[in-house]
Amino acid sequence: MLHIVNKSPFQSSALESCLRLAKDGSALLLIEDGVYAATAASATEARIRQACARLKVYALRPDMDARGVAAKVAEGVTLIDYAGFVDLAAEHPTSQSWL
Amino acid sequence: MAEQQATPGGGAKTKKFMFVNRKAPYGTIYALESLEVVLIAATFDQDVSLVFIDDGVYELTRGQQTKDIGIKNFSPSYRALEGYDVEKLYVDRHSLEQRGLGEKDLLVPVKVLDTEAMAELMEQQDVVLSF
Repeated sequence: MLHIVNKSPFQSSALESCLRLAKDGSALLLIEDGVYAATAASATEARIRQACARLKVYALRPDMDARGVAAKVAEGVTLIDYAGFVDLAAEHPTSQSWL
Repeated sequence: MAEQQATPGGGAKTKKFMFVNRKAPYGTIYALESLEVVLIAATFDQDVSLVFIDDGVYELTRGQQTKDIGIKNFSPSYRALEGYDVEKLYVDRHSLEQRGLGEKDLLVPVKVLDTEAMAELMEQQDVVLSF
């Protein structure tokens, strides 16, 4: 299953709920304000590192570029472009958007 | 000459306006709307302060490149505020640290305030507008 989070981890519990319910081996894609979770030295970096141990974690590069944080991406997170987003959606039969 | 003009209620006195910014720049429209109202307030020669708390600190990050998301990068506008005599920019230290950011990550000179100083600054205002 593909889990998609588009909310800042500081403003919403979307990421926490997602991490609680995502099964091992699932994919997590961070987009829009969700990408802030994947920035190094932030309070959420440890959560993302833990997640990387059991989920495949991706962040959408155009959203990180827009927010000026692409250079700060946390270790273990894979940056993808829009084509990569499409591939993920196609690879996974189901996806859950944590709006 | 124009000082008594366009002041409903007859009060020509300058008021202290504070704009409280608490949202990240592109996920919602709040940050851009705030910036527009700030420029309006500045046109009326008011004493304008901007504060950045919580995700609002992300509005000021350096190096924003929005070409690939199809939204205008309005972050250079914060640099232009000086030209409108809007020079009081304050950032909440706690919010900055929580996000792994420092003053060097910001695109304009700001004053970083501790919680107590920020609370005091808010207390001193005539008008507070929240975004």
